[in-house]
Order: sequence, then structure tokens, then C-alpha cells
Amino acid sequence: MAAVAETLDTVAAVTEGGYKWGFSTDIEMDMAPKGLNEDIVRLISSRKNEPAWLLEWRLKAFALWKKLDEPNWAKIHHAPIDYQDLHYYAAPKKKQGPKSLDEVDPELLKMYEKLGIPLKEHAILAGVEPVEGERPPIAIDAVFDSVSVATTFKDTLAKSGVIFCPISEAVHSHPELVRQYLGSVVPAGDNYFAALNSAVFSDGSFVFIPKGVRCPMELSTYFRINARNTGQFERTLIIVEDGGHVSYLEGCTAPQRDENQLHAAVVELVALTDATIKYSTVQNWYPGDADGKGGIYNFVTKRGACRGARSKISWTQVETGSAITWKYPSCVLIGDGSVGEFYSVAVTTNRQQADTGTKMIHIGKNTKSTIVSKGISAGRSDNTYRGLVRIMKNADGARNFTQCDSLLIGDQCGAHTVPYIESRNPTAKTEHEATTSKIAEDQLFYCRQRGLSQEDAVGLIVNGFCKDVLKELPMEFAVEAQKLLAVSLEGSVG
Amino acid sequence: MSQTTLQASAQGFLARYAGLKSRFPGDNAQRAAGADAFARHGLPGPREEAWRYTALRPLAETAFHEPVILLSDTSAQLTALALPDLPRLVFIDGRFSAPLSRLPDGISITTGAPAFGHIADNGEKLVALNTMLAEDGAAIDIAPGIDAGTILLVSLGADAHGHPVSFHPRHAIRLGQGARLTLAEINSGTGVYFNNPVITAEIAEDATLVHLREQREAPGAFHLSTVFAKVAARGTYDSFSLALGGRLARVQVHAHLAGENAMAHLNAAQLLGATQHSDFTTTVRHDAPSTASRQTVKNVLTGHAKGVFQGKIEVARIAQKTDGYQMNQTLLLSRDAEIDSKPQLEIYADDVKCSHGCTVGELDADQLFYLRSRGVPEADARNILIRAFLSEALDPIAHDAMRDHMESAIAAWWDKAPTP
Amino acid sequence: MLEINALRAGITDKEILKGIDLIVPTGEVHAIMGPNGSGKSTLSYILSGRDGYDVTGGTAMFDGHDLLEMDPEERAAAGLFLAFQYPVELPGVNNANFLRTALNAQRRARGEEELDAVKFLKLARAEIKRLSMADDMLKRNVNVGFSGGEKKRNEVLQMAILRPKLAILDETDSGLDIDALKIVADGVNALRSPDFSALVITHYQRLLDYIVPDRVHVLAGGRIIRSGGPELAHELEANGYAAVVAEAA
Repeated sequence: MAAVAETLDTVAAVTEGGYKWGFSTDIEMDMAPKGLNEDIVRLISSRKNEPAWLLEWRLKAFALWKKLDEPNWAKIHHAPIDYQDLHYYAAPKKKQGPKSLDEVDPELLKMYEKLGIPLKEHAILAGVEPVEGERPPIAIDAVFDSVSVATTFKDTLAKSGVIFCPISEAVHSHPELVRQYLGSVVPAGDNYFAALNSAVFSDGSFVFIPKGVRCPMELSTYFRINARNTGQFERTLIIVEDGGHVSYLEGCTAPQRDENQLHAAVVELVALTDATIKYSTVQNWYPGDADGKGGIYNFVTKRGACRGARSKISWTQVETGSAITWKYPSCVLIGDGSVGEFYSVAVTTNRQQADTGTKMIHIGKNTKSTIVSKGISAGRSDNTYRGLVRIMKNADGARNFTQCDSLLIGDQCGAHTVPYIESRNPTAKTEHEATTSKIAEDQLFYCRQRGLSQEDAVGLIVNGFCKDVLKELPMEFAVEAQKLLAVSLEGSVG
Repeated sequence: MSQTTLQASAQGFLARYAGLKSRFPGDNAQRAAGADAFARHGLPGPREEAWRYTALRPLAETAFHEPVILLSDTSAQLTALALPDLPRLVFIDGRFSAPLSRLPDGISITTGAPAFGHIADNGEKLVALNTMLAEDGAAIDIAPGIDAGTILLVSLGADAHGHPVSFHPRHAIRLGQGARLTLAEINSGTGVYFNNPVITAEIAEDATLVHLREQREAPGAFHLSTVFAKVAARGTYDSFSLALGGRLARVQVHAHLAGENAMAHLNAAQLLGATQHSDFTTTVRHDAPSTASRQTVKNVLTGHAKGVFQGKIEVARIAQKTDGYQMNQTLLLSRDAEIDSKPQLEIYADDVKCSHGCTVGELDADQLFYLRSRGVPEADARNILIRAFLSEALDPIAHDAMRDHMESAIAAWWDKAPTP
Repeated sequence: MLEINALRAGITDKEILKGIDLIVPTGEVHAIMGPNGSGKSTLSYILSGRDGYDVTGGTAMFDGHDLLEMDPEERAAAGLFLAFQYPVELPGVNNANFLRTALNAQRRARGEEELDAVKFLKLARAEIKRLSMADDMLKRNVNVGFSGGEKKRNEVLQMAILRPKLAILDETDSGLDIDALKIVADGVNALRSPDFSALVITHYQRLLDYIVPDRVHVLAGGRIIRSGGPELAHELEANGYAAVVAEAA
């Protein structure tokens, strides 16, 4: 059989039963009625016992949202979303915000175990690779539907002054910080989905790294959508003060459902002088089935502000899931000598649509940005890189380098590259390169002649194609990501 | 920009059409369809993705009138262009001037009415405007197998009406199988006017159209032109556009590679100073297997100039073995100049080789120093480096007379441009 | 042992091999020489299972396996190695990782134990040293940025590590200077043993000064037109292919 036909068959076989995170969990839920109006916003706020200023902030955002239009410039197509047909609040029934792991519903703990996310601190320690012995454990905040269910290692972190907790908790424990920074990077009216999130966000993670502190362990949030017909609107806020450093990881899965589920998150990062934030995402929301039925609509606004001199924000993402991905993790480079990075692998198969990229706004002098994007399209999917590099008038000596590569697998998919380069400063230098190619027959044959199966050969070549991005991921994530790529693409080449 | 300025401007053009429609020459059905489209869609606005970098506000704020046929002598303006000694078609304010023209022997050329051609207009608003108000144009037909040499196509804005005029010439070029033509366009003029030409080019199997375009409109002029080139198997559309003039200019080139092994070159150079705005926008549609496209676009910007490049390579599912390449490079020579660049790939076939590149920067300080250390004065050193920067776009022009003409136009532009 | 019987094959509408009969007994090194376009590379691709060729008749048996029924990776696991005339570049794929993945895939297919990273590196470093190659060979991406000579040496290194039973060297000598040629030849000679056989495909006699074959076959027009001892290579070098082809006709 010709390699093409053979591999297309394998794709079909894999993609039918391929989403391994698709089980759902039976948990008693506390749900708001369907629909969105001021009362729902008030309800969410009151469930969380929020201060008046926050309710006001939400209501303002809701008013803005009603005036905004859903953006239509991305290369994605979907049936209109009925915003009144969703639950905007869903939480496991139990008292809010368990104070310790013992209070967490055992069903939930079991689910996270099944997903391979160890919430028990001793389990994490036991799970650490003994090879190097010194690898610090990872602190995890687990967000289930709309609320944070557990945060590990809080006490250990507190000793070094690091705050890592659900944002719903931070609103009460550190109101001054939340009030100062919330919406300061992504204003409530920034775009349609950001406004929606600002009105109804339920939970998410809050991180604060004080002056001069290097966070002693990787921080991680694990998002899981479980309930039917719920939207997930988490909100993450990370602040790193002068000279601080943090590496933050984010993972996502959802059960296999026939209907589409909406996910509209907002992530805000603030890096002050000499601060560094490394934000890594492995996004594996349910992508829908082979015919494009079901799957998550992922409309996410992620933005970091490099406010201080020499600060650095680095985004790394591996996007394999979601029916629709609309996501542009960006950096606003304000501080002189600040650095923005965006490393992305986006894989689309079947009927998935991804329109993803970044924005690098150079404002300060000698700011520097690097963009490396690797798009892989297979099946009948469409995969678009969309990225803006803007050099403002005073950004003397600014530098940008962009590399966008697309790999097409099969002749029914699309790969698109849409960069916007706007330069207003003669001393700035920008460079953009883009290529499109496929896995060459001779590469596959070469690998198979050496004894690799067709699937292994594809995995090897695709991982090679993505290497410049994968090497930016923390070790544990890199291994996961490689496996995920292999699973997503198993056999899809000819 | 306020939507109403654009709408008011569109209303002005529509009113002109309403007053003149019984007197326009040529195909009235097509004209009416164009007017209908223009009435519905108006002028392109800033919220359209294709127009995000070029705002037509200055154009919309100017009222343009229908030019009348001139009786005054414009030959001095023509002489000043120092045209190469070649057959030429001269249009004054968009109307064919027989006395100033010199027709080539043995080639079928019709003038006196717009030549609408046979290529669909893609819903382009500027083309609808042209269709609605087109007064004149040249239909050039080259029979199969004929090498028609070079024809100059000259457009002059004469500035003889006392108020701004707009003209909308419509030319159609057809090359039979294996035919060959070099069409060298020179657009120039004085005063304030709006030149809105549309050219359709149908290139049959194995035929080659070389299209060289020199845009040196008056400093107060508007130039918004559109080219549609449809290329059959093994045919070639080889174009180079030089933009030097105008207050607000946009050149749109849409190449459609419809047959196997068809080929397109869409090269350009934009040299802009003062408050000039110039936009070079292209799409290449690869619609058949083994087609190839090459684009090298160079911008040199000084003063408060704004340059725009938008280039899209589209590869249809059927167009396997496509080879598409696009390079856009910009030299920013002043603190107030600005470039917006949007190269795009839209690809639906897997066995293709497509790439694009884009760089923006200033002159290389090391190179400049190297030249000066060898005794070259700074101004000369800069000129040498800028000319070197342009060479990738200019050197492929095989037509010596036209390349020389463009080189001297560039030299003249450079002499006048403010030193940064 | 490799046994080819009346093999006919080609690409769409064009027959290239017009009935090949060839036996390479275990432990022997045979050379196939022939003018350009005689079908030498086609033969190596068909034996290793590359897509795009149609076999229209005949058989090719290797150690009791029907080669023509097997996938390329099955042939590799069975012990067949092709040293490519134009080794392929794999951007981003580290040479060591590639080799270990290949070696373990083959071992797995044969029911042997896989090598862990430490054991593999030990093996690979030993081979590199034995072949007098640069240490960074393993760290670099497979053939990316390699000179022509380096690519060919990398093929020999892979062969040394994968330890095939039958190696097909497809014009491995093309583009090599004399030092590289010696390294390649040493690599092959080091593997010579009663369990190893090789099919050396070449246009020139030069390589056969260093890898002395047991038998030499002349391939022309899709057929083997003459076979003989090593002296046949010298005769070809002295008189040219034309004379041999004319004589056979």
C-alpha cells in the first residue's frame, strides 16, 4: 500500500479513539442557571464573597462586552455562539476553596490521578525522577471547571515570600495587589472575549514573586473543564517584582463531549525591573471528533508587560487541542532593554482550526523580541500563524527576529502565515522568515531504511521540526509535549 | 477616518456618473454594472483588512472633476520625460492623444473607448470606480507567435483645468499563444489629479508579457492602479513597478497563474520622501501545478514617508509543486519614516515550496565606514549602498533603455530628496 | 544470503531492470559496476523497498525472507542496510537520538533487548573512535550542514553501529577524496566476516582497490551482462564500459 493511504488510515484509527483525556467525572456540581445578564455577574461575585470594587469592575466589563462585537478577522469559521445557552458558573459542591488537600473530594483527587496530575504532595515527591536528585518539585494549582480545587506546596512557597493561590483567594488575602494589577495589562474592554472574561471570570491562579526572589520551584496550573454546557473563564495574574524569577506551567484537558464548549481565559503578566517570567503552556483541550463534532472553542487573551528595564517575558506554547484556537500571547516591551519571546508549536488535525501567534510591541530602547513558530497541519484542518511586530518611534536599537515554519501533512489541509511588520524607527532591525514544506518522501524512506516504523519516522521528523520550540520547555513538559505531538500526528504522513 | 468623508467622496463620483452616463463611450452594460457595484460598496475604508495601512482620506477630501479634452500643447511636458525612442501610446488626462503617439507597425491597437477586457474584477472597489468612469484606453492584441517588441504607455496629468481632475483609463492587453510584448508604462504629470488606471492582461500559452512601470506622478497627485494578469500554461507575466511620485499611491497587482508551469515576477522598488505614502499590494494565485512566482520588493524611505507592502501568495489545492518566493526589504533613512509590511502565505497544497522574508533596518554602519575609510565621501557612500540595496529588484530588468530611464529617474529623485 | 531471480522492475511506463539474476552468498563482497543509467541505483532502491518502483516480475530472497513483500523497516530489521548515494538531511533530529531510535527499533523487531542511553553512547563512541571520526558527529543533526564527505562517513558510522548482515553501498565513493575513501573502505572491511556480505555499487574501479570484492558484475541496460573476479574491474577501467557492452551484445 502506498505510504499516503496507509498513513491516512492510521490517522483515522488514531483520531477516532485518540483523545485519551476524554473521560468525564461524576461530581456533584453547584451551577448557575444558563444565560448571561447582570444578575449572573452579581451571583458569581456574591458566591465568591467579593468586595464591592470587584463587583463594580465586573459590571463595567459586562457593559463594555455588550457594546463590543465578536472579532471576525481570524481565519476561523464556526456557527454563531449562543452566549445565553451557557452556564457561567460551575463548581464542585462543597465548601469553597478547600483549605487543605484532605478536604478535597476524593473523586476529584482520583480524576487528577487519572490525568497524571499528582495533587498529593508526597505523591509529587515520590514521582520526582531520582536521576539528578536535585530537581525541585512542582507546585500545582488545579482548576476544575470554574474554581480552584487545590493548591499544593503553598506553605513551602510562603517561606520564601512567594504567593501562589487561587485568584479568588488573593482577592481576599492580598486585595491591594489584585486591585493594583488586575486589568492593568489586559483592560476589561481590550477585546470581546477579554471583556466577557472580566465580567464572569470565576477563578484562576495568582502568583506574586517579591523583590529579588527566585521562585524555588516550578509553579503549575492544571485546567480541567468537566461540566456540560459550561464556559470556563479563568483569570491568571502573575506579578514579579524587581529581580524576581518564576517559571510557570499550564496544562489543560477536557472530556469528550458532542457540543462545543467555550473557554475564554485572560492571562496577565507583569515583570518589573530585571524580572523574568517564563510561561509555558501545553494546551490539549478536547479537539472534537474526526468530523468536527464537539471540541473546545478556545478564545484566549494572554499578554505580558515588561514594565521594568531588562525584564524578560518568555511564552512557550504547544497547542494540540481545541476545535478552535484563537490566541496571541503578547509582550509589551516598555522597559529599556526588555526582552520578549514567543515559541510556539501548533498542531491541527481533522477539522481543527487554529489562528494563533503573537504581538511584540517595542516601546523601550534596545528592546528585543524573538518569535519562533512551527505550525503543523494535517487532516482537513486550517492552521494560521498571525503575528504583529510593531516598533514604536522611540524604540531605538530595537531588534526582532521571526521564524515561521509550516509543515503540511496531506493535501486536504491549509497552512497560512500572516505577519504584520510595522516599523517606525530607523535604528531598529526586524527580520522575518517563513517557509512551508512537507515531510519529504526521501526523509521518511531514509528513516525506515534504518529500521524506524512509519509512525516513529513521522514522530522523529516532526519533533525535529519543532525542536527549537520544545527545547524552551521545562524538562518534564518537554517530554510530555513530545509524546503529545506523536499521539496527535501518529501516522498522518505520506 | 470618518466614514462620511469616504461616503461623500463616493457620492461625488456617482453624481458625476449620473450626469455623464449617456455620453460615455464603450460597453454601457459593463459600465452600469460597475456603477451599481460602486454605489453599493463605495470606496475602501480603513476597517477593511486589505486597507488597514492605506487610508484614502486625503483622496476623499479632494473633489475631482471630469477632465475636458485639452486643446493646449502638452508636448513640452512629454519632452521633459526624455522618453526612449520607441513606439508609444500617449494619454493626456486619461484620453488618447493621436498627435503625441506613435503607433507600432503591424500591431492591432484600438483606442477611443475603454478596453474592459475579460478578467473578473474580484470585487475590487477601485476597479468598480474605474469601470464606472472609464473614458478611454488601449486594447492591444498581439497575434500568436508575434514578438511585438516594446510599446510605451504614457500617462500625463496636464493640470490645465483650474481644479483637480480624475481619470480612469482602462487598458486590455491580450497575447496570443507564444506571443511576446514589453509594455513600458510611464505615469507622470503636474498639479493635483487622481489617476486610476486598470489594466487587464491575458497571457496565452507560452506567451510572455514584460510589464515595466514607472510611477513618477506629480507631488500632489493620487495614483491608485490595478493590474489583473491571467497567465496560461508556460506563460510568463514579468513585472517591475517603480514608485517615486505622488502624494498617495497604491499599486495593486493580481496575478493568476492558471496553467501548468505559468510564472509571475512581481518586483518593485518604492523610493519615498517628504510626506509621501505609497503602497504596493500583490496577490499571486497559484491555480495549477508547477507554477512559480518570484517577488522582490525594496523600499527606501526618508523624510516623513510611509511605505506599505502587502503581498499574498495563495496556493490552491490543485497547485502541487508550486514554487513561491517573496522578499520584502526596507531601508529606513529617517527618524520619521515608517514601513508597514504584511507578507502572507495561504497554502492548501502539501507538495509546495513557499517562503517569504522581510527585513527592516537602516544602512549598515560597517559598510558605510568601510567605504568612507577607502576615501568615498559619506553622501556618495550612502548612494552606493542604496543603489546596491536596490540592485536585486532593478538588475533583472532586461530592457536596457527602460532600465536606464528608471535609473535616471531614481538618480533625479535622489538628488532632490532631503539628506537624512 | 541474497538471491535475486529474474527481477524485472521500473517506474511507471518504463522498465529499468530487465531480468536480474544475482546471488551474493553470506560472507562475500560483490561489486556491481555499470555505466550511468544502467539501473544500479534502481536495484538498490528496489532491494531496500523505496516507494515509486513497480516490480513486474522475479523474486528477491534474503536469508529466507521474501524481500519484495516486506516494508522498508522490516528489511532493515532483517539486516539489510543501504548506504545512500545522497544521504538525506533531517533538520532538528540529533544523530545520536536517530541512531539509538533506529537501533532499538531493529532490536525490538528482532526480539532483542533495547539499549539504554548510556550503553548506546558507549557503543557509538567506540565506533567513532575506531573509524577516526570527529566526536561531534553524534551531536549534530542528521546530515544537516554536512559536507559530501561527512555525509558518506556518517553512512559508514551508521552501518558500523547497526551491524547489518548485508550492506548495499550505492556509489558511496562518489564525491569522496582519497582520505575519506579510505575511511569508508576501512569501515566496510572492518565488518567483513563470515556473517556479513556486501553489495558495492560503483561506477569506478577506484573504491575496489580498497574494498577488494570476491566477485564483480557488470550491469548494463538493466541486465547483468558479465560476471568475474576482481580482475574484471581492472579490465573495465582499462577498456571502458563500451567495449564490454559491445562484446556482450
